[in-house]
Amino acid sequence: MPDAIKRELTFAQAVREALAEEMRRDTRVCILGEDVAEAGTPFKVLSGLVEEFGTERVLDTPISEAGFTGLAVGAAMTGLRPVVDIMFGDFLTLTMDQMVNQAAKIHYMSGGKWKVPMVLRTTLGATRRSAAQHSQSLHAWLCHVPGLKVVIPSTPYDAKGLLKTAIRDENPVIFFEDKMMHHKLKGPVPAEEYTIPLGVADIKRVGTDITLVGTSSMVQVALGAADLLAEIGISAEVVDPRTLWPLDEKTLIESAKKTSRAIVIDEGYHRYGVTAELASVIAEGAFYSLDGPVLRMGAMHIPIPFSPPLEDLTVATPRTVFEAARKLCGKR
Amino acid sequence: MSTASDRSDVGAGPGSDFWVNAYRQMLRIRLFEEQVNELYTRALMPGLAHLYSGEEAIAVGICEALTNEDYITSTHRGHGHCLAKGASPDKMFAELLGKEAGYCRGKGGSMHIADFDTGNLGANAIVGGSIGIATGAAFSAKHLKNGRVAVCFFGEGALGQGLLYEELNIAQLWKLPVIYVCENNCYNEYTHYSETTAGDICARAAAFGVLTEMVDGQDVRAVNAAANKLVERARAGAGPAFLLCNTYRYTGHHVGDINREYYRSKAEEQTWKTTRDPIQMHGAWMIEAGIADAAAIEAIEAEVRAEMKTAVDFAVAAPYPGPEEVEMHVYA
Repeated sequence: MPDAIKRELTFAQAVREALAEEMRRDTRVCILGEDVAEAGTPFKVLSGLVEEFGTERVLDTPISEAGFTGLAVGAAMTGLRPVVDIMFGDFLTLTMDQMVNQAAKIHYMSGGKWKVPMVLRTTLGATRRSAAQHSQSLHAWLCHVPGLKVVIPSTPYDAKGLLKTAIRDENPVIFFEDKMMHHKLKGPVPAEEYTIPLGVADIKRVGTDITLVGTSSMVQVALGAADLLAEIGISAEVVDPRTLWPLDEKTLIESAKKTSRAIVIDEGYHRYGVTAELASVIAEGAFYSLDGPVLRMGAMHIPIPFSPPLEDLTVATPRTVFEAARKLCGKR
Repeated sequence: MSTASDRSDVGAGPGSDFWVNAYRQMLRIRLFEEQVNELYTRALMPGLAHLYSGEEAIAVGICEALTNEDYITSTHRGHGHCLAKGASPDKMFAELLGKEAGYCRGKGGSMHIADFDTGNLGANAIVGGSIGIATGAAFSAKHLKNGRVAVCFFGEGALGQGLLYEELNIAQLWKLPVIYVCENNCYNEYTHYSETTAGDICARAAAFGVLTEMVDGQDVRAVNAAANKLVERARAGAGPAFLLCNTYRYTGHHVGDINREYYRSKAEEQTWKTTRDPIQMHGAWMIEAGIADAAAIEAIEAEVRAEMKTAVDFAVAAPYPGPEEVEMHVYA
């Protein structure tokens, strides 16, 4: 990111600006989802778009996630570039046949003839007191499917640049937004046009003693842990892959080689999840430079509970990452 | 594909050339499937083969009401739709044998055959899986104002899928130019549809306010007349329609489904084949109407047999894709 950007936007404003710019640039881009028009979504991320682009391009759909996602697949194949809004990531389960068996496979199954240039925006993240069916982070499911790309930004700057690239991509792209960041996280975003390529990680903080790989909401957690670690003399490097597929393996491996220790932190489930994949990439690529096992910190393997003190136990915090990193670095 | 000018020689209805062509198209499907059965039995064809024999009047009656630019989506029993929309049998056989010369470079196979050049968005091996795609193609056509319509072919088995009802709802709300063509061949795989389908089929679509019609799926003239009306109506912006075509699947669910007595009798099959065959019925009508004589019909059969033999020979001799193809076309 260029230095000294004065303008600050929230994560939601950055997403909205990316959509508005791409919709002005390309009349084929349209938005489909529940309460995306006048309501601007329950998260108010899309407020103002229907006023500028009209109800022909910002369409309120019935509560039929499979229906409008499948419609978007067909629309993408035949000349449009739909952006689908799936309000809560938990509702991805309702779109799975359309994304996994249709969108992901059509280009390959047709021998490269048909293309599916669509984006599915959805949310992840717990700690919003929304209980087990509105709090999951299911991005690992989509990463498991060849033919899909998975984008998981952690800052307003990255969100805008990556979403613009995702909309221009010729493939189905799933774009995960941490719903806690929408209005709480602010950051510098230049007014000038820019895009960020998929598959390029970003080092959010440079360090020398341990690598903390964080995704989405967990980047801020890793940065918080790095502050705590600095207080006891441990220099942590925070690496954000920004996209899970394509994956910038090189940057992860190089960082771990440099620091010799790594922890991967992600809000998806710990078991069989994103942390396992990233940890194994690092273990395979940096094995001879490592001074300890690559640790994984994902969500507890339980349905997310409603009760606030219980929910807060389910995902990593700056404190839990700090403790794990301190142990891995051999400090008491 | 016939054009309006072919139909101008007998008053308002289609001309004799049109009906001779329809006969030829149905016979091409029948003899194509004969070759598939042969290839499968000789162990030259890998995988599964679901034959369309007996149902030819539907694909031909519908597709002869479409232009090359109109879209179709198809099913696992999709060879008939593909041929009727204008694909050539040599590249189809090549696809069925997994050869590089196939429509999908051998990567799709029988259940995923698609043809970009004739607007065939693809066969689909998920029952009902393409209903969203067809609706999306219609959404594009309306949005881009290009005058195209989309036809969604599916079997009565797809009546059990929720996606159908989500799409009927959306298509009617948004007045999309899509025709849902339900081919009721009486059997959901190995189970008579009466055991799986409550209530009245047409009432299901009519409940959404969708214009719903039922037609004898063995009568190519009846199917074509219905299709012309519904396609013109959709093209004019009047919205979707649902067309129930009653038909019969001559063979098993797939080629390997030989012993079928546990779910249907041989007498039932014989009755349909001898008294309700769409090709025989149409041939007899052509002779009676003075459109063609027995010699002309025999000549057509000889030509189509020769065409299919040449196409099979081409496909059998064609090379398989090289190993470098395996990772091609995962992403556009």
